[in-house]
Amino acid sequence: MNRRELLKLITAATGTAMIGGTAVLAGCSTGNREEKPLTYTFSDEDVRVLDEVAETILPRTDTPGAKDAEVGAFMKVFVTDCYTPQEQALFHSGLPQLEASAQERYGQGFMALTAEQRTEFIRDLDREAKAAVAAGGPIHYFTLFKQLTLFGFFTSKVGGTDVLRYVAIPGRYDGCMPYEEGDPAWATT
Amino acid sequence: MANNHYDAIVVGSGISGGWAAKELTEKGLKVLLLERGRNIEHVKDYQNANKEVWDYPHRDKPTQEMIKKYPVLSRDYPLNESTYGMWADEQKNPYTETKRFDWYRGYHVGGRSLLWGRQSYRLSPMDFEANARDGIAVDWPIRYDDIAPWYDYVEKYAGIAGTREGLDVLPDGQFLPPIPLNCVEQDAAKRIEKAFGGQRHLIHSRTANITEAKPEQGRANCQYRNKCWLGCPFGAYFSTQSSTLPAAVKTGNLTLRPFSIVSQVLYDKDRKRATGVEVIDAETNQTYEYTADVVFLNASTFNSTWILMNSATDVWEGGLGSSSGELGHNVMDHHFRCGASGEIEGYEDKYYYGRRPCGFYIPRFRNVGDDRRPYRRGFGYQGSASRENWDRDVAEFEVGADLKNALSQPGGWTIGMTAFGEMLPYHENRIYLNKSVKDHWGLPVLAMDVEIKDNELQMRKDMIQDAVDILEAAGAKNVQGGDWGYAPGQGIHEMGTARMGRDPKTSVLNSFNQVWDAPNVFVTDGACMTSASCVNPSLTYMALTARAVDHAVKELKKGNL
Repeated sequence: MNRRELLKLITAATGTAMIGGTAVLAGCSTGNREEKPLTYTFSDEDVRVLDEVAETILPRTDTPGAKDAEVGAFMKVFVTDCYTPQEQALFHSGLPQLEASAQERYGQGFMALTAEQRTEFIRDLDREAKAAVAAGGPIHYFTLFKQLTLFGFFTSKVGGTDVLRYVAIPGRYDGCMPYEEGDPAWATT
Repeated sequence: MANNHYDAIVVGSGISGGWAAKELTEKGLKVLLLERGRNIEHVKDYQNANKEVWDYPHRDKPTQEMIKKYPVLSRDYPLNESTYGMWADEQKNPYTETKRFDWYRGYHVGGRSLLWGRQSYRLSPMDFEANARDGIAVDWPIRYDDIAPWYDYVEKYAGIAGTREGLDVLPDGQFLPPIPLNCVEQDAAKRIEKAFGGQRHLIHSRTANITEAKPEQGRANCQYRNKCWLGCPFGAYFSTQSSTLPAAVKTGNLTLRPFSIVSQVLYDKDRKRATGVEVIDAETNQTYEYTADVVFLNASTFNSTWILMNSATDVWEGGLGSSSGELGHNVMDHHFRCGASGEIEGYEDKYYYGRRPCGFYIPRFRNVGDDRRPYRRGFGYQGSASRENWDRDVAEFEVGADLKNALSQPGGWTIGMTAFGEMLPYHENRIYLNKSVKDHWGLPVLAMDVEIKDNELQMRKDMIQDAVDILEAAGAKNVQGGDWGYAPGQGIHEMGTARMGRDPKTSVLNSFNQVWDAPNVFVTDGACMTSASCVNPSLTYMALTARAVDHAVKELKKGNL
């Protein structure tokens, strides 16, 4: 990244700065490095749930979706390695909360929901999370889920080459190329 | 020992050290080039140069483990997976902060020439006269005309893409064809020109990326991958590895010694000359002495001064060059991290192809001509226009296919820019030896005591407001100005601490970068800077180095060194 691109980091699709790994913004605000590291682990089932949550956010259409990009597995790696213990705690607290909310609303777990139910459920979680950001209160766990879904998907090879466009060696620069609506964006990050 | 003698020793292999090695060897001198870190061989050792973001397990973001190991780097953007391992090991190379100072170091062959931003601008006549005119610090001992032919010389060799603009504040140079502005930037340039009566200009950035191949150097033209900091397999940006080192090697006169930490310049107090340097082998901890007729210190601004502070301490307690009382003082950087951004409408049918390694530049316009502001000096802007990507808010879609579809297409155009401001040379802004803390090799470390003051804080107000005004004049909507906070060092343009001057009582170096107290020791990196200007400094180090080598070799031949 170049320094002139600094300004572009200020916004994010979730309305809040990306958590974890973005040294520019995360800084020391959430990390207490003296704290004894807690060990959080992801079960295979956790990864499957995260995959399905991600797939609900970014489903397969005529192009690949989140599961094709193995977003759940990516979240496991990223949360474990890049999040502070506090951020990990928030992320991990989300999985049982998600399950409990689904049980409360539909009388069954998230994985048992129909596609329509999942979409409705995840959309409402998204609204809840956005409201939390807007209220300036504590970050909702779903904000983390959604951030890592978008980041994990669009920075994956599948997302970058089959959904977005990528040319490894452009060879030239054209600053005035025609664009037609529907053409994919470049996978530049 | 006869086999430890060279005609010249160059300490440091970054931008200025590479130039010193090239110029000295091409003039026939046998040169020992010392580098404190490991070797990185051109192309072969650019291990991440062909990786994509998905090839990194954390998609180029730092892990907690990395943050723990690099507490300084993690304060800003340089800590990432792609350049990991190309920054100085902070555990082995600590420093202390009387006041916060972010020091980003490259301890390997090529130094920060592999990692630099490549923006290449000349200082102007106004810059060389600034201290004298303002009665600040000391006068530069040279004027623009002294360095102009050397700018020509290094630009032609290094390869700078840019346009001739005929501006007094930013002298033109020997340019390769520019890397184009995109259509939004082109139109913004026209609107800005008109809105400010020709007093403010948005121009192509001048960048050390070649737009025409240099086959004689084995370098291909830029391929628009925008991965420069990983080392370019095409040799398309200027670095020691791509450009100066091969030239020096080709002469047969160069010996490169990595893992060589220079602990002091050896000094003969009777002859008032350096006799060579002492080296600690970074791997074996063994100490060696190398002798030479002339020594070039190009260890990077603070490390060149650190070496001087550790040298000839039996003669001067504060080290070689300290007789002036200025060694270690007058630290400068460029203060930045403020500016503005906004949205541009009307170009939804336009996009771009290729990834530019640069953007646009707006040269200084404050305190120029009749303009008078309540602070000294000025600033320039670096920026670019682009379309937003998936990392944007699309309020109308929440989750599902519509969201994916929307984010898979480019968003609206935005334009943003960051100001880089001149920092005055303050005597009390200094670095000094902290002997109570030792590095991995038992050497005393540097302490940093630097801050920006009222002049810079006043300037920052303009840096933000002018950015807002310019972008609004360029047609941008929802323009947001901001100050994201600056800590000294973040500009990675550290300068001063062994300034050039006209008087040995008030400066460390003379007009040819020779240490007053040891004329066969030259310091031609950022340490020599007498004032900072507001432009990126590396091109000036290149020119000063080539000029100093020319002088050194002439003086050697006359028997004056």
